[in-house]
Amino acid sequence: MTLTAYIEGIGLLGPGLTDWPSSRAALSGQQAYQSHKTVLPPPALLPAAERRRSGAIVKLTLATGLEAIAAAGLDAADLPSVFSSSGGDGENCHAICEMLASDDRLISPTRFHNSVHNTASGYWCIATGAMTTASVLCAYDASFAAGLLEALTQVVVDNTRSVLLACDTAYPEPLHSARPIPDAFGIALVLAPQRSARSLAQITVDLSDASADRLDDAALEGLRKAIPAARGLPLLCSIAHRQNGQVVLDYLDSSSLAVAIALC
Amino acid sequence: MNPLWLSHSTATSSIGRGLDQTLTALRVRRAGLVPCAFDTVDLATYIGEVAEVDAVQLPAHLADYDCRNNRLALLGLMQDGFAEAVRAAIGKYGAQRIGLFLGTSTSGILQTELAYRRRDPVSGALPADFIYGTTHNTFSVADFTRHYFGLTGPAVVVSSACSSSAKVFGSARRMMAAGLIDAAVVGGVDSLCLTTLYGFNSLGLVSEQACRPFDTQRNGISIGEAAAFALLEHTPEHLDADAVLLLGIGESSDAYHMSSPHPEGLGARMAMLDALKMAGLQASEIDYINLHGTATQSNDAVEGKAVSSVFGSGTPCSSTKGATGHTLGAAGGVEAVICALILQHGLLPAGLNTRQLDATLDLDYILVNREQQVARVLSNSFGFGGTNCSLVFGRAGKP
Repeated sequence: MTLTAYIEGIGLLGPGLTDWPSSRAALSGQQAYQSHKTVLPPPALLPAAERRRSGAIVKLTLATGLEAIAAAGLDAADLPSVFSSSGGDGENCHAICEMLASDDRLISPTRFHNSVHNTASGYWCIATGAMTTASVLCAYDASFAAGLLEALTQVVVDNTRSVLLACDTAYPEPLHSARPIPDAFGIALVLAPQRSARSLAQITVDLSDASADRLDDAALEGLRKAIPAARGLPLLCSIAHRQNGQVVLDYLDSSSLAVAIALC
Repeated sequence: MNPLWLSHSTATSSIGRGLDQTLTALRVRRAGLVPCAFDTVDLATYIGEVAEVDAVQLPAHLADYDCRNNRLALLGLMQDGFAEAVRAAIGKYGAQRIGLFLGTSTSGILQTELAYRRRDPVSGALPADFIYGTTHNTFSVADFTRHYFGLTGPAVVVSSACSSSAKVFGSARRMMAAGLIDAAVVGGVDSLCLTTLYGFNSLGLVSEQACRPFDTQRNGISIGEAAAFALLEHTPEHLDADAVLLLGIGESSDAYHMSSPHPEGLGARMAMLDALKMAGLQASEIDYINLHGTATQSNDAVEGKAVSSVFGSGTPCSSTKGATGHTLGAAGGVEAVICALILQHGLLPAGLNTRQLDATLDLDYILVNREQQVARVLSNSFGFGGTNCSLVFGRAGKP
């Protein structure tokens, strides 16, 4: 059983990757990929109070999501959304655990409401005014593919556009040693059920037992392996090459996702 | 939507292990809330703790998953023949054709809270026996469950705070309708930890008494823990009259505030209306509403407004959180299972601990159990971040 959708917009932010248009050359091998620390833009769309309270995962989600939706020429308020993250706000989690292990356990209200896995989704809805359904997921290292599957089922079954926001941020020490995600990385995709003038590519997705594709560039392959959201990079690299193709994306230990890509 | 059959379900919370104990507790109006003596917590509050969770031993080959949340998950799976039902479904459909969708808010974070007390005094490192991925991580409960059963189909955790294990029904419905799977194990598992106890306390939302939903004097939640599961299958041609079906799901977002509901309950209203629309039902065709009913001032007021704007004041309703406490990411699952019990046993459970009903809310909030056959019920689950989900369940045969 395959699921088909059309990509109408792409958002990308990560180490050495500032946005989708400027990253295409590196992702297609026309330019050398050079990693440098991810720069997260301030979340201008949020009201001042929320802007102050927002952590890295919120900034990353807003930046990538808004890039994809602007590229698709759509209004975020109308789109159902899927947020998939392998961990949530790592800095905030560390701060809470540190306080709870101390003599003063009175964590702040902001710390607490930023601790929920759906923090980015909550801020996203406040920023964009979207009152649509938001699925908020985690599948550890399989989070990108799990999010893509959820967004595809929204598109195919409910015959609606959907935006996938797959984002990960780093934990500080000592959690970093236990979960060594090196930096912030996010991919956002606007998916649609029908082809339109804005369609970039048609994707047809099926569960598979093939091994996930590796990337030719060693540094990009390192990124793919190190950050769960970056497991979606083979899909973006294929689109950046401007060629029809087939990629296999990492999913669970028991399966992968085979994605056939036809450019529009 | 094509109705989906809840072929098996089970719930374990502070009011009991499994369906029989849960139904009995509802019948005799027994609450599971007791003064908090959890771990080293020094808050004056009541909690709904599941007895003997820490006595549960995970199978040796899954020892890396050992944490309170996965112990509670296993305890829940052992009740009512649920594990056997999953194994039978694997035999019928194949392990790769069954999806797994579990809700949790805090997963095994308690393991990390405890590990932070044992950091190396010099380096600050966490102890060597701490394993993040299989305990703390939000996916851990689903990963444990899929390895426990050998499930190889799609698996995911939904973690949208207190709507998590209601929204799993939505994700399962879509994936079944898309044809990727033939059946789904859905549910929710959330366990006590310091993050939620001290966190809700920081917001002034934890009551010092056993929570009193929809009471004039309500002043906050009682945090509980629970594990609830259901097996969803396509509806076969022939079903017993008391078989339970999932008829509709409505999901929405408030887009208003991280920890306060929309003042007019707009998102809640949208979720209820969408669930009715998907079920193809009028509001008047719902016989009972299991309210989210957390017992905070604002949540109950807003939910009351939203419910009466959709249903008027004539539909019997109650919150079962006075019995179980607020089991957070497991609440939607527990209350879905309670809805199934209500449909099968004709018992409308009274809300507990409510002495003086908030007269400003125009609801038929029931304070005495009603023995009454019902055909269709709705369950509300709302959460932080302004996430809303309503589920409609019905009996296969009308009464």
